Amino acid sequence: MHWWLPTAASTFAGPIDGLFLAILIITGIALVIVEVGLVWFSVKYRARPGRKAFYTHGSTRAEVIWTSIPAVTVVALGIVSNHYWVQIKGRDSVPPNAYGIGVHVKQFEWQITYPGPDGKLGTGDDFTLRNQLHVPVDQPIVVHLTSEDVIHSFFIPQFRIKQDAVPGLTINAWFQATKTGEYEIGCAELCGMGHYKMRARVFVHTPEEFTAWMAQQAAGGTQ
Amino acid sequence: MNRRLLGMIGGAVVLAVVASSAARQTAEAVQAGATISGKVKFTGVRPTNPKIDMSEEAACKAKYPTAPTEETVIVNANGTLSNVFVYVKAGLPAGATYPVPATPVTLDQNGCRYHPHVLGIQVGQSLNIKNSDPLLHNIKAKAVKNRPFNVSQPNVSATPTVRTFNAPEVMIPLECNVHGWMNAWLGVLPHPFFAVTGADGSFSIKGLPPGTYTIEAWHEKYGTQTATVTVAGAAPKTQDFTFAAH
Amino acid sequence: MTSVAHAAPAHGGAHHAPMSFWRKYIFSTDHKIIGIQFLFVSLFFLLLGGLLAMQIRWQLGFPGQPLPGGGILPESMTSGGVILPEYYIQLVTMHGTFMVFFAIMPLLMGVYANFLIPLKIGTHDMAFPRLNMWSFWLAFTAGLIMLAGFFVPDGAARAGWTMYAPLSARPDLSGATYGQILWCISIVVLGLSSVLGSVNYITTVINHRAPGMTWFRMPLSVWALFITAILAVLALPVLQGAAIMLLFDQTIGTHFFDPIAGGQALLWQHLFWFFGHPEVYILILPAMGMVSDIIANGSRKPIFGYHSMVFAIVGIAFLGWIVWGHHMFMSGMNPTLGSTFMVSTLLISVPSAIKVFNWLGTMWRGNLRFTVPMLNAVGFVSMFTIGGLSGVFMAATPVDMHIHDTYFIVAHLHYVLFGGSLFALFAAIPYWYPKMFGRMMSEPIGKVHFFLTFIFYNMTFFPMHIIGMGGQMRRIYDPTIYDFLKPQQPLNVFISLSAFALFAVQILFAINFLWSLKFGKKAPQNPWEDNGLEWSLPNPAPHGNWERTPNVYRGPYEFSSPEAGSADFLPQNLKLPSDRDPVPATLPAGH
Repeated sequence: MHWWLPTAASTFAGPIDGLFLAILIITGIALVIVEVGLVWFSVKYRARPGRKAFYTHGSTRAEVIWTSIPAVTVVALGIVSNHYWVQIKGRDSVPPNAYGIGVHVKQFEWQITYPGPDGKLGTGDDFTLRNQLHVPVDQPIVVHLTSEDVIHSFFIPQFRIKQDAVPGLTINAWFQATKTGEYEIGCAELCGMGHYKMRARVFVHTPEEFTAWMAQQAAGGTQ
Repeated sequence: MNRRLLGMIGGAVVLAVVASSAARQTAEAVQAGATISGKVKFTGVRPTNPKIDMSEEAACKAKYPTAPTEETVIVNANGTLSNVFVYVKAGLPAGATYPVPATPVTLDQNGCRYHPHVLGIQVGQSLNIKNSDPLLHNIKAKAVKNRPFNVSQPNVSATPTVRTFNAPEVMIPLECNVHGWMNAWLGVLPHPFFAVTGADGSFSIKGLPPGTYTIEAWHEKYGTQTATVTVAGAAPKTQDFTFAAH
Repeated sequence: MTSVAHAAPAHGGAHHAPMSFWRKYIFSTDHKIIGIQFLFVSLFFLLLGGLLAMQIRWQLGFPGQPLPGGGILPESMTSGGVILPEYYIQLVTMHGTFMVFFAIMPLLMGVYANFLIPLKIGTHDMAFPRLNMWSFWLAFTAGLIMLAGFFVPDGAARAGWTMYAPLSARPDLSGATYGQILWCISIVVLGLSSVLGSVNYITTVINHRAPGMTWFRMPLSVWALFITAILAVLALPVLQGAAIMLLFDQTIGTHFFDPIAGGQALLWQHLFWFFGHPEVYILILPAMGMVSDIIANGSRKPIFGYHSMVFAIVGIAFLGWIVWGHHMFMSGMNPTLGSTFMVSTLLISVPSAIKVFNWLGTMWRGNLRFTVPMLNAVGFVSMFTIGGLSGVFMAATPVDMHIHDTYFIVAHLHYVLFGGSLFALFAAIPYWYPKMFGRMMSEPIGKVHFFLTFIFYNMTFFPMHIIGMGGQMRRIYDPTIYDFLKPQQPLNVFISLSAFALFAVQILFAINFLWSLKFGKKAPQNPWEDNGLEWSLPNPAPHGNWERTPNVYRGPYEFSSPEAGSADFLPQNLKLPSDRDPVPATLPAGH
């Protein structure tokens, strides 16, 4: 039984998980204050014969305090969040040395086009696989997302990456895997009756393994 | 009695019996109709069918000892072409109706492939679609003259999904969207005069009344070819087709 | 006298000739009857939505297992009793659609805006009683149209209650034909119902307040209903427009949302969420308003920070128009817009926080009476806080990248809609039941219902945060397809079992509600010792409400006021020796 965020396997996971934890702590404190307050007041101020409520219409000071503290907190949260947002999704966020892979999504599969041994998409040695994403570790990857039909969403939980694939648009989503191993893509936008079955496997290789795999694919594939 | 006369009478009786039964058979043959049969040949360089990578569907991959290949062009050892749909396109008597067979046509999804790959069915006849794989297939029928449909079978089917077709249509593409290599072709006709070439590349269309017919051979990659064949009585006719690689 | 536009005579009671059963109860123009009509119909759709949810939870907890009783469903929905994937996505779509549009929204607005506004501001009926009747019958018709989706060839709409295009625009891609068309038509009809109702609520509040009922003496329930009506009249037409465009894409060959011929997939999302975000505030503000009334009453104290509470309602409503993009952070929308929407979204948490602290402040040093309404109202505060705080995670765009379209979102929306709005309704329904029906609902059954619902509710929805963190996507038919989700499947089973128990417990509410109609204790005139104007009327309130329009001398929350003497409440219309008669809130023409 798994209780927490998935294994962290990309460079995004650090900031995202850190931000998640920070928000958990902040909201946790707020939650405890409110819930404990509710229970405590419910017990302490329950009606008993002879008691009377304290007649007051409020306190401007209290309003100022409990307006300004949340306001300052959320502004701080926003500044930190935006810093990472720009790094992850900003217009200039894709590293210049990112390795490009084409991901054309359709009902109900991921068609993944590799640039082949020459490393360039759009040349004669490109090849396309179904439902298998192979990438080298510690290398920025940029996925050029296109959709054949409806909106799908490219989601690799362990990489903390999610990006909708929208028909009519080409969207670049980048990530950098930090751990070799096998992961999964799930589709994260309802796309029809086969939505749940749009699973692909992700293989993060060492650079040597990746080169070898690429050569093998170019030579006629594997079974 | 003269022994020779007895022998002649006996011989005449035998002859009469044989002749009459022959005549009876001919009459039946005339009622049963003629047969047009033939082979669909293939000339040119035999294309290689791409391998299908079923790695992402382990339960299907396990059903194949060697990697399966796509079924677009199946050229047999004897130089003939399988999966050619051959049918009577024109020439049947106007207004003739043909009883709808009670037995359904079965389409099976097994090993992430449709079986058969090309099939024919009569208008009003039941198509029973079953799933023999323990995983999701959907059957999308991209019909134009008939009502299109798209139904799923998420597991080995307890009961088949049944569909019927109200209008002739050659050919309706069928596809599974979960497994992009899976497709099949369905021909719907108002009569029973169709066949699909098998592993020996031959076809046989039986029971045709006398007349002049347009026979069409359809292949999913190489298109269609037609031929005109006239049949009279019970005499079978042969009509071959040849598709060339391009 | 009240307002200039109202030509009805000054006395209530029977100023009509005796009416037939049909005119009195079916085609009624009395706001109270209309409110009760909405109540019965909406509770039916709430039940229907729950039944759809039970099927969803069955499939998620026990994927591929035949649904108990599934044999009665047709072959298009189940195969051998097992829910089919195309039926599953109809279930999630229609569960959301029925719950949002035909249960919660009409329960809050159709029922309580109708029932409470004229009573609480001291007038005889709505500004436009006939229009009000149309509003109900249009909503009823829209509900039937939506229901028909399950009975047409190819079944109901199935692109999620959010109906994203181009999936929703292309029958060849979704499989839904007539069902999708019916969804669009139903929404247009329902939108009209909402707009007509809202026009009534707004006009009545502005023009028909009794003398002395100034803006800042209105109960927070009325403030909330009023502001919500403004949201509705502006937001629903946007949805109607989008639904018509979608209908045209489906039927007459336009391509507004399909890039196959120049359309834009994201256009649907912008239109839908420009409506959709104000819509969720429509779904919570009236609940907050009624909870304020109930908590002040249950605490025997004025609402803490009344003016702040009003400004918070207005602030939430205003900010609610500029946060819609937070539903679209991952949509392919320009990331710079992601930054701006993040700012507005984080800011909107502030007025909600203000409200929660003010409710706490109301209970502080109060003399708390834990009746069934008060229990549910406090439950509301507790659950809404969780729902609101979970929203902060989504507002932080990098975190949203992980949790968008997962069960973390499903947890959040259910905490605010069920833990929030529905608990508020579990408070409001027994609270104003005596005014509607002249009888009390059973307190003991109500208390058992509250505690069991509270427990099973949290058991059902809290774990959804966890499976969402783990990455379980929304609207998937079978989580066990994924290796990364298999370890969490025990939680899915736990959630499903809790959900079944939660649904079963609601039978207590249903029995309480129905049984009490005939056999509930006859209600005293003011059973909760409340200050609102409605409690100065008999139970049930008569047609026309007051014989003579009341005068209002003070605000609605004067509990435990020193002026009240030994009583701990002071009705708004009770004249004390020190009070002067008020000038009419709105002057008649010619003066």
